Amino acid sequence: MHSTTILLIEVGALLFALGMLGRIGRRFGLSPIPLYLLAGLAFGHGGVIPLSASEEFIEVGAEIGVILLLVMLGLEYSASELVGNLRSAAPAGLIDALFNALPGAGFAFLLGWGWEAALVLAGITWVSSSGVIAKVLGDLGRLGNRETPVILSVLVIEDLAMAFYLPLVTAVLAGVGLLGGAKALAVAVLTVVAVLVVAIRYGHAISSFISVKDAEALLLSVLGLTLFVAGVAAELKVSAAVGAFLVGIALSGPVAHNATQILSPLRDLFAAVFFVFFGLSTDPAAMPPVILPALGLAVLTMLTKVLTGVLASRRAGIALPGQIRTGLALMPRGEFSIVIAGLAVASGVEPELAPLATAYVLITVVSGPMLARLPDYTWFKSMVRKRMAVQRPVGPVTAAE
Amino acid sequence: MRVRVEQTPLPGIGVRHDLITSSGRTVGVVSHRNGRRDLLLYDVDDPDSCLASIPLTDDEAEALADVLGASLMLGQLAGLRQQAAGLLTEQIALPAGSPFVGRRLGDTRARTRTSASIVAVLRDREVIASPGPSFQFDANDVVVAVGTREGLNGVTAILAGDTGD
Repeated sequence: MHSTTILLIEVGALLFALGMLGRIGRRFGLSPIPLYLLAGLAFGHGGVIPLSASEEFIEVGAEIGVILLLVMLGLEYSASELVGNLRSAAPAGLIDALFNALPGAGFAFLLGWGWEAALVLAGITWVSSSGVIAKVLGDLGRLGNRETPVILSVLVIEDLAMAFYLPLVTAVLAGVGLLGGAKALAVAVLTVVAVLVVAIRYGHAISSFISVKDAEALLLSVLGLTLFVAGVAAELKVSAAVGAFLVGIALSGPVAHNATQILSPLRDLFAAVFFVFFGLSTDPAAMPPVILPALGLAVLTMLTKVLTGVLASRRAGIALPGQIRTGLALMPRGEFSIVIAGLAVASGVEPELAPLATAYVLITVVSGPMLARLPDYTWFKSMVRKRMAVQRPVGPVTAAE
Repeated sequence: MRVRVEQTPLPGIGVRHDLITSSGRTVGVVSHRNGRRDLLLYDVDDPDSCLASIPLTDDEAEALADVLGASLMLGQLAGLRQQAAGLLTEQIALPAGSPFVGRRLGDTRARTRTSASIVAVLRDREVIASPGPSFQFDANDVVVAVGTREGLNGVTAILAGDTGD
């Protein structure tokens, strides 16, 4: 009984503290993710107030948090959106992968880490945070902008790519080597393609199994199905997160819409626990030595994201201001980078990876949304206009000659 | 004359519709999955970005559509008025105490008595165009009539139950 009461006190105090932090963050227009990570650092081993009784609870909660993050991501997209987008957005997605995954991998080799760690770091620097970016676009009133579909399609491609990348990393980190990784990848490709085909053809049939009218039954059946499939996927070494993502994609129509509303508060709760857990498993004492490398990596990969955005939106015929907005908007890394790092930490691949990933995500997720506001300032606009004006006379002059 | 409306899917959010007006401005609407709509006004200098994005609820969007749609109809009526000098258009609310609430349009014999025509009835934000003689009036109906000044005054009087002539 005694340990249960301590657990209640610890979890209660933790959640309350997170609530207060989130409130402070919102006042400054800050995403709560960095605050949760910092809270985790403070409460973890070697932190200010180490938690004792609730560690196991938080660990399980974190696992559920990842699954809920991914199922909600899947619910946001319909299968036809994922596939329909593919052909037109594939070049942008490829540029994105090359420009952002390779610097991460290269950086890992530079630090003298093994190829497993390089694979993990490549994923961490590659994937932008769909959640943070969608929120920033909404907050800045840019949903109607012409570059927004470009940004969203890059995010969609990244999220879809994760369905193949996560099983690969899961298998490689489990120590099965490249061949085992290839096998897991093949299983994942087959599963994802099968789910997409079934979801496009029979999505309504799957969704009609689940009643929309009864909120309680809907909550239990969607949550149950998601956890079950995630568990089976993990058992098959395909990664629980991907299993959950696929459940989200397979559900469509009113079921998806209502499930999004019902699951959102649960996701907010457990996702917060997940970010805290990641902070918890990082020793704050390990942070100072990796701050400079993390800063360097952040600056490098934020620049490559800007370049990605500029190239991707230039292809779509968007003018210079819009290209810059695209690049700056794509900078924040968040939940996915932490999910990937979490996999690496669980398998103990490189002890410095967790603090590096924490610092890296902290830097990009705080500075990214702030830098995304830059194009809205008048001085920035006039600067860009001047540059465009300098470029413009070149055309008529040569034409006159 | 037809206006081209462009549709762009926004994966994970909804769909965007936009059109370029003849004055060169771009306006658009983002329809979110959850029914929210944003009205968009685009920047003149930088047509890729929107100057303002105004969130509208279902009801607000419907009300705005009504205002825009209704003004279109009244504009067409105004055009008719200009073509024939001396012809006027007027919206006449059916008074609550009118003897014609629940009775048919034919019973008013408005056209015979005043030579003004009842061309439309506005009911519950809906337009009922060219109602026939068997059309039945309800309380809160608004009658749109076309005629001379005298004729319209006559229609107003008839609907009020004031059968002076």
